[in-house]
Amino acid sequence: KEEAISLVTRVKYGAVSATVPQTSLHRSCRWYSVSHLSVKERIDQKRQAALQGGGQQRIEAQHKRGKLTARERVQLLLDPESFVETDMFVEHRCADFGMEQDRNKFPGDSVVTGRGRINGRLVYVFSQRGNSILCDILFVLQDFTVFGGSLSGAHAQKICKIMDQAMTVGAPVIGLNDSGGARIQEGVESLAGYADIFLRNVMASGVIPQISLIMGPCAGGAVYSPALTDFTFMVKDTSYLFITGPDVVKSVTNEDVTQEELGGAKTHTTVSGVAHRAFENDIEALLNLREFFNFLPLSNQDPAPIRESHDSSDRLVPSLDSIVPLESTKAYDMLDIIHAIVDERDFFEIMPNYAKNIVVGFARMNGRTVGIVGNQPKVASGCLDINSSVKGARFVRFCDAFNIPIITFVDVPGFLPGTAQEYGGIIRHGAKLLFAFAEATVPKITIITRKAYGGAYDVMSSKHLRGDVNYAWPTAEVAVMGAKGAVQIIFRGKENQAEAEAEYVEKFANPFPAAVRGFVDDIIEPATTRKKICQDLEMLASKKQVNPWKKHANIPL
Amino acid sequence: MAAHSVPSTLKRLLFAVKYSPLQSRCCAVQREAQYSTISIPSEKTFDKILIANRGEIACRVIKTCKKMGIQTVAVHSDVDSSAVHVKMADEAVCVGSAPTSKSYLNMDAIMDAIRVTGAQAVHPGYGFLSENKEFAKRLAAEGVAFIGPDTHAIQAMGDKIESKLIAKAAKVNTIPGFDGVVKTAEEAVKIAQEIGYPVMIKASAGGGGKGMRIAWNDEETREGFRFSSQEAASSFGDDRLLIEKYIDNPRHIEIQVLADKHGNALWLNERECSIQRRNQKVVEEAPSTFLDPVTRRAMGEQAVQLAKAVQYSSAGTVEFLVDSKKNFYFLEMNTRLQVEHPITECITGLDLVEQMIRVAKGYQLQHTQDDIPINGWAIECRVYAEDPYKSFGLPSIGRLSQYQEPLDLDKVRVDSGIQEGSDISIYYDPMISKLITYGATRAEALGRMEDALDNYVIRGVTHNIPLLREIITHPRFVSGHISTNFLPEVYPDGFKGHQLEADAKRELLASAAVLYITAELRSAKVLGTQRVASTPVECSHWELCVELGEERQDVEISKSGTVYTVEMDGAKVEVWGALNLASPLLPLTINGTQRMLQCLSRDAAGVIVLQYLGTLFKVRVLSKLAAELNSYMPEKVSEDTSSILRSPMPGTVVAVSVKPGDTVKSVHCKPGETVGEGDLLVELE
Repeated sequence: KEEAISLVTRVKYGAVSATVPQTSLHRSCRWYSVSHLSVKERIDQKRQAALQGGGQQRIEAQHKRGKLTARERVQLLLDPESFVETDMFVEHRCADFGMEQDRNKFPGDSVVTGRGRINGRLVYVFSQRGNSILCDILFVLQDFTVFGGSLSGAHAQKICKIMDQAMTVGAPVIGLNDSGGARIQEGVESLAGYADIFLRNVMASGVIPQISLIMGPCAGGAVYSPALTDFTFMVKDTSYLFITGPDVVKSVTNEDVTQEELGGAKTHTTVSGVAHRAFENDIEALLNLREFFNFLPLSNQDPAPIRESHDSSDRLVPSLDSIVPLESTKAYDMLDIIHAIVDERDFFEIMPNYAKNIVVGFARMNGRTVGIVGNQPKVASGCLDINSSVKGARFVRFCDAFNIPIITFVDVPGFLPGTAQEYGGIIRHGAKLLFAFAEATVPKITIITRKAYGGAYDVMSSKHLRGDVNYAWPTAEVAVMGAKGAVQIIFRGKENQAEAEAEYVEKFANPFPAAVRGFVDDIIEPATTRKKICQDLEMLASKKQVNPWKKHANIPL
Repeated sequence: MAAHSVPSTLKRLLFAVKYSPLQSRCCAVQREAQYSTISIPSEKTFDKILIANRGEIACRVIKTCKKMGIQTVAVHSDVDSSAVHVKMADEAVCVGSAPTSKSYLNMDAIMDAIRVTGAQAVHPGYGFLSENKEFAKRLAAEGVAFIGPDTHAIQAMGDKIESKLIAKAAKVNTIPGFDGVVKTAEEAVKIAQEIGYPVMIKASAGGGGKGMRIAWNDEETREGFRFSSQEAASSFGDDRLLIEKYIDNPRHIEIQVLADKHGNALWLNERECSIQRRNQKVVEEAPSTFLDPVTRRAMGEQAVQLAKAVQYSSAGTVEFLVDSKKNFYFLEMNTRLQVEHPITECITGLDLVEQMIRVAKGYQLQHTQDDIPINGWAIECRVYAEDPYKSFGLPSIGRLSQYQEPLDLDKVRVDSGIQEGSDISIYYDPMISKLITYGATRAEALGRMEDALDNYVIRGVTHNIPLLREIITHPRFVSGHISTNFLPEVYPDGFKGHQLEADAKRELLASAAVLYITAELRSAKVLGTQRVASTPVECSHWELCVELGEERQDVEISKSGTVYTVEMDGAKVEVWGALNLASPLLPLTINGTQRMLQCLSRDAAGVIVLQYLGTLFKVRVLSKLAAELNSYMPEKVSEDTSSILRSPMPGTVVAVSVKPGDTVKSVHCKPGETVGEGDLLVELE
């Protein structure tokens, strides 16, 4: 049976194919003959069948793969005994290939749906059944390959139902994705099911937070549901996301690539930026998801949550007084500043391994959730490039959509020069971050820790883009460019460049030019930053700002 | 003596007010300082002193200067420009770049700094230029006072052979031995017999234990002679051998002396410094448990004889090796203020820096030998940024992201030159601080040290508190049964951290479980929203699983008020404590005993790192369900390290003797490059 697990089958789905590990054959068909039973007994029996999923053997097979079953995942994610399941009796409606027979119908089909609570707060969940049930039994019955957890019309309908309700009550949706793809026996009905979900993902976007946790294969059209949600997390080694699998890649582009290289957690969290974070295994992923959920408001009608804080809001942080090195070319770690300022050093970083020259993530200030954006001087001097602009922009827009105040730490030498960036469209992509900061109406607090040069100064939540409170540390240098470059232009060909440079530094490489014009509201001692931010957030809690009516804005995509 | 006079107390208060914005922590030290500076207003010393040092000792000197009303000048390297000693001093001068040869050892730059600032005297601290006769000479040439002994004494005591000869002449016990070169094995046996067994045969050019043999009889002497000369020849290209008495189970005990320029000299009792690793002191105490008054007096008097023999002035230290029969032998004399001087200050009440400054100005000693008391007991732990699990301590570097000295405890002195946010860099000594506790008895001082170590918050660098706490609670140390071989004897396989006994393990697991529950309960406390479950279940009973290493333990917890009862293995642990989840310190009362634990990290996946009894333990707390399911999670394969070489510690690569192709696949470092701990250096084929 072990070797059977490593067996790999290939399924064609239009032009799309995906590869998933397939399981061993079990000759343990369950036979339902329910006609002679009373209704009550039939209810009990169906319910039992739905709860058991594919039976003990299937559960064990899933465990052997280092994965949990759909129901175990839900149990771990939600508060104990809070799960309320819907559509336990739903069955697929496929009438072809012998699928219509009772023995090929499974109560609940290939997804578990319902609602529950995470630390007392309402959430809707769907958990796809991965390779755990339909795969095996259908395999026994029919001699063609079927992906476990495959998406049937019924499966999609179940998901749509909870999404619709989540929208009407205003509560987040969490999807635990583990699906082989479309159910081939159903054909276009399955495709329709995908589209129904996509549409709801789009409609729900900006209304309720949507989170995807990829816990198994997710290939072909299925990848677009996670892509449409706000956050995509992955489980290392057991989850994959790709449009086409390695075999199709090989036949089309002649590239040799493994599943892991093509669409594993490492690829998507470091190279493609598709996933926002990856976790070691199912349990760590689910526990982290609970932690992450605590930061989010339930909907766009709810304020950012405030959790009881043990960290005093007026705590001074003396270590910040010396954190910015004296030489302006020397690096430091923006995460040190963030950890020192936020409540309890607790920072949930988003995309920690992608476009590391910008840091984004969630934290709390005096208990209230805030979104943090910071240039990272440690990586590429903290410059803005294509990837960091897109990363920052998407995060800022999420915060703005869900009433989460944004705190921006600025140390940016400018946009990254070069043909790679220009050809790649840095103008277009850089504009996204500018757009996102400018349109955001949530409280915006900005702290310039050191460099704020050129256009990047404008972009990074400057006063000009409706920053509510903008501070500069004494080490701040708000200028068009660094002293050396500026002097080379202003005093081109003149002698005494060193003297000119010193003059420039004296004039511009400090917070005064910005402060005298009111472009920063105050120059503050770094040690007082936490205290000031907490006070400002309290003041800004009642901020009301509305953008002009429009159908929607036209962000430079 | 040394009762706090009213004027000096006032002065201290003034000091505290005046400088509190600069260094609040230092002022807190002042409050409980175990020495008192008695400046006599009429006794004018210097207007301005330059401190040619950095770190804690520079801060220490500045503190006394402040009390004496002396202006201070700090010198610093570029990377130290915002260091504590720079902030504390009235003036600061940058004397060069980070490497010590370019800054703190840069005599030209320091001489310039003296001229520019008009400092009248220089305190060299320890290390750097403190025992550099050239520096002392240059100061003398410019008429600047050197706060230390005369050049003559520095020179005389700086040379190992000359100092031994002077000591011998001054009737100070020296290690019996043959001063010349031993030519044959038979000659070696003859000399060994004269000295008396055991003897040590060592290479004249030796060092690092190479070419060294201990012999307990004639036979071993012949053998030792042969091996040593071979080894010496191959290691040093020089087979000349010396023989001297081997000191069995030696203790390192030193006498603090203080002398003026008028021929007066005092001994200020001893310091026991036997706990060492790689010849570096780790824990010191004063007085020594080993010395009786007679031996103490004999050692003290010999130390004074030696000081007088070299016309010593200022504070100095005469180091002795003491064998198990209380025979003591002169080792060397340090002509400077020692790192461990605070413990002498604690038991005598003298401010050694003040005395050094007075003496340098030419004043006579204020005290006579009868004035020097032994008041109570003082222990000093050297807190280093180093990993004690590697050879009892390999340097570590980093930024002190959190740093809190245990100064709210009574009779604790912390001499440090860093603060939260400071960098521990590869350029300088990785010492974080000297933690000193004091008490009427040794037991009291040791108890305080335990508390102080438990309350000391250091984050951002690896530190040696686990080792320090193990040493000071080890039965052998507590009973005073120590020698310079203490560490290798007690931890023959290296230091492995605190070994938990069953009770202690239960306490640890219970504490972790309580912390977990506290965090869980808090997670549900969402304020100001109607949108939580209408009937929140106030949970008061939990079933958890706590993992420590390979062990898994099911625990049941019930909460009643603020008391948690944790049941495991049929035993009950009661934990009381209202935990603050923002604080690194977790004060808990466990089964009626007060314990200070520290939480280093706590993550969503239930991993909690706790410092308990000094040592870090990684505990994982999971709900029963999660723990059951966790057994299905795949084991992650860790990196194969058999074919790679990683840096064991941060530092600079001095040389690379291989290149790709000769048995190594690739080389990832260059000479002169700085590397961090764990950085890949070389990949083997």
